[in-house]
Amino acid sequence: MLDLLSGFVVELRAAGLPVSLTEHLDAAEAMHHISLSDRSTLKAALAATMVKSDDHYAAFDLAFEVFFAMRDDQNNDEGDVDLDLELDDDGAPSGKPTNLQGKGNLKGQGGGGGSDLTPEELAELLMKALVSQDATLLRMVAQGAVNRFAGMEPGRPVGGTYYLYRTLRNLDLEGVTAKLLDQQRLEKGVKPESLDERLLKAEIARRIERVKKAVEAEIRKRLVEDRGTEALAKSVRKPLPEDIDVMHATKDELVVLRRVLQPLSRKLAVRLARRRRHGKRGALDVRQTVRRSLSTGGVPLDPRFKKPRPSKPEIIVIADISGSVASFARFTLHLVHAISSQFSKVRSFVFIDGIDEVTRFFDGVDDPAEAVYRINTEADVVYLDGHSDYGHALRSFHDRWGKEVTKKATVLILGDARNNYHASEAWVVADLAEKARHVYWLNPEPRDYWGSGDSIIFDYAQHCEGVMECRTLRQLEAFVGDLS
Amino acid sequence: MTTAASDQDLGFTDSATPKFESPESVRTRLGEVQYLADDAISSVAYLADRLRKPILVEGPAGTGKTQLAKSIAEITGARLIRLQCYEGLDEGKALYEWNYRKQLLRIQAGQQGEGAPVTADSWHELEEDIFSEEFLLTRPLLEAIKSTDPVVLLIDEVDRVELETEALLLEILSEFQVSIPELGTVKATQIPLVFLTSNNTRELSEALKRRCLFLHIGYPEIERERAIIEARVPGISSELAEQVARLVGAIRTLELKKAPSVSETIDWARTLVLLGKTSIDAEAAKETLHILLKYQSDIERTRKDLLNVVG
Repeated sequence: MLDLLSGFVVELRAAGLPVSLTEHLDAAEAMHHISLSDRSTLKAALAATMVKSDDHYAAFDLAFEVFFAMRDDQNNDEGDVDLDLELDDDGAPSGKPTNLQGKGNLKGQGGGGGSDLTPEELAELLMKALVSQDATLLRMVAQGAVNRFAGMEPGRPVGGTYYLYRTLRNLDLEGVTAKLLDQQRLEKGVKPESLDERLLKAEIARRIERVKKAVEAEIRKRLVEDRGTEALAKSVRKPLPEDIDVMHATKDELVVLRRVLQPLSRKLAVRLARRRRHGKRGALDVRQTVRRSLSTGGVPLDPRFKKPRPSKPEIIVIADISGSVASFARFTLHLVHAISSQFSKVRSFVFIDGIDEVTRFFDGVDDPAEAVYRINTEADVVYLDGHSDYGHALRSFHDRWGKEVTKKATVLILGDARNNYHASEAWVVADLAEKARHVYWLNPEPRDYWGSGDSIIFDYAQHCEGVMECRTLRQLEAFVGDLS
Repeated sequence: MTTAASDQDLGFTDSATPKFESPESVRTRLGEVQYLADDAISSVAYLADRLRKPILVEGPAGTGKTQLAKSIAEITGARLIRLQCYEGLDEGKALYEWNYRKQLLRIQAGQQGEGAPVTADSWHELEEDIFSEEFLLTRPLLEAIKSTDPVVLLIDEVDRVELETEALLLEILSEFQVSIPELGTVKATQIPLVFLTSNNTRELSEALKRRCLFLHIGYPEIERERAIIEARVPGISSELAEQVARLVGAIRTLELKKAPSVSETIDWARTLVLLGKTSIDAEAAKETLHILLKYQSDIERTRKDLLNVVG
């Protein structure tokens, strides 16, 4: 068990979780106090001793499922699956074959034979599982479905998602949802278009989600049998939310990012506000000190200091929102505006080949996400063809707002500087650098790609105070935090 | 390493019997005081007692973090000592403070009695005297350590103190002792169960997290929430409880500024019971939504997205 735990800790660290030695020892000690056959307690114990942030729980969860999938198989399934099935499915026509199939699986030879449930029987069982919410039955359905539809072959180097997709497509979950909805609606006498119907729909969606989870778990279990724990853990490992590459994030990852962005910006705002309040003391206040010294006979025993008045910079964000870098720009705008109280003023501009000021969208809106959404739909940023043209956008900025950039301003330019071979007009950046206090360029591309192809980042870089690679929320947060 | 060995390491004299036999017993006993724990909560509470580690409870507001500490105190028959954290909390308010006024009185009393000049001996005696426990004002942390009867120590909203102040807690959390320079080290006679709660407004330091077991309490599953409502709201019909739980579950999936907490759900259910409802329809929900949601924009969004139905 300790070996297994060590392997598990190695995997957690590889996934980016900071598990210290003390925490490893704690986990090992916790093992003494719980019964190892109780899977949920084991999981809770490991999580409590080694995962110290809720954001990291998803990564832990995945690793745990992979590492302890086999144990679950041996300890729990064998006993109760058969029994439960006999009780549940007494009269059902499909009772017998399922039963046999179930046993076949447990011996670890799933996927080979084709003599399992027919799709019709499977659909029927699925409905039954959905209605009764019986976890064991659901697991049986998942096993049957994976046997039938996934077409898993040993040693095939395909990701689990491929099998998952195949299985779910064949189960026709949309059809099942509709059918279940109709059935339940009749049964409970729910009126259409009523609140009850809404809730019923939500409930069914929740149950369907469980089916997906069960199928996923089943596939993962088989993959572990096939490839071994460590190999699989490596192939399914996902980056932590703060380490996701924003530019290449998948749709699901973007959802995760959006979810962590809000607490992140809140934390950042709290931290910055605190730093401001507890900043260093200001310069000696001579007048006050002399005044005070009168009571001690002219000896300045009690020096007084001026209240610190940290300068709040004015921020000008100029962001490329064309296809590839759009999500990065959105996150940055969101973050900057979420902590706008730390700046005296925030002005935002977005461009593709035309440029538009979007500060107005953030005024009086308390949720930056909403404003960012409006930018995508309402900002006027296409000048000719809707392909990035940094040169034209920057020149337009210079013509229209160039005079408003003052020594108080910090200018942030976001983009990959892939200019589709247009003119760079780098003199605008040079001019900005002259007028503003700082000019920074944030590039969401990996540093190695800079300057390759149509990237002209180095044309601009020579005029900027700093060019930062900024691919993950972690980097972005660190940069924005240092700004104020 | 067994617990017995770690006892000796820390120099505890008594071999305190564990408070719980198993995670299940934690859960049943919590259930008896109307706190419905899930697997994670009961397992972590059980482990905290066995491993003698504090629990850091994190999660959104109103999900029963503080209540957990209270309920544990209740079932173990322990006294609850609570330290509410806030910005600017310092040693004098968290750990201990010397009672200056009393010390001053003592010094003056000594001078009046004799009128003799202060010798080195009498000075030494005086010094010993005024820095004794008699002149010490105990604050929550020291009190929890000194107490001889069982206590549950609740350090509430620990994320409100500054990063530097967190260091105050470290000694007590890992060694269960407090060092007072003038007096020496005060060690715990019994190990208190310690709960720290955090609303996650800032990242806590690694040093603090490392010393604790971590427990995240999120919003409960619909089934559990229904059970919580039934336990906490007397006289509610199971049909209404089910509906409330489902509706709140659906509301939480909307993108809101502040999702309804469990305590707000309970308040809402109570209101519905007081209004004599046995089941809920869209109209009734719309009228009482302000109990559940605290932002006008959230209320409007819920009305628009979820309750825009007839009947």
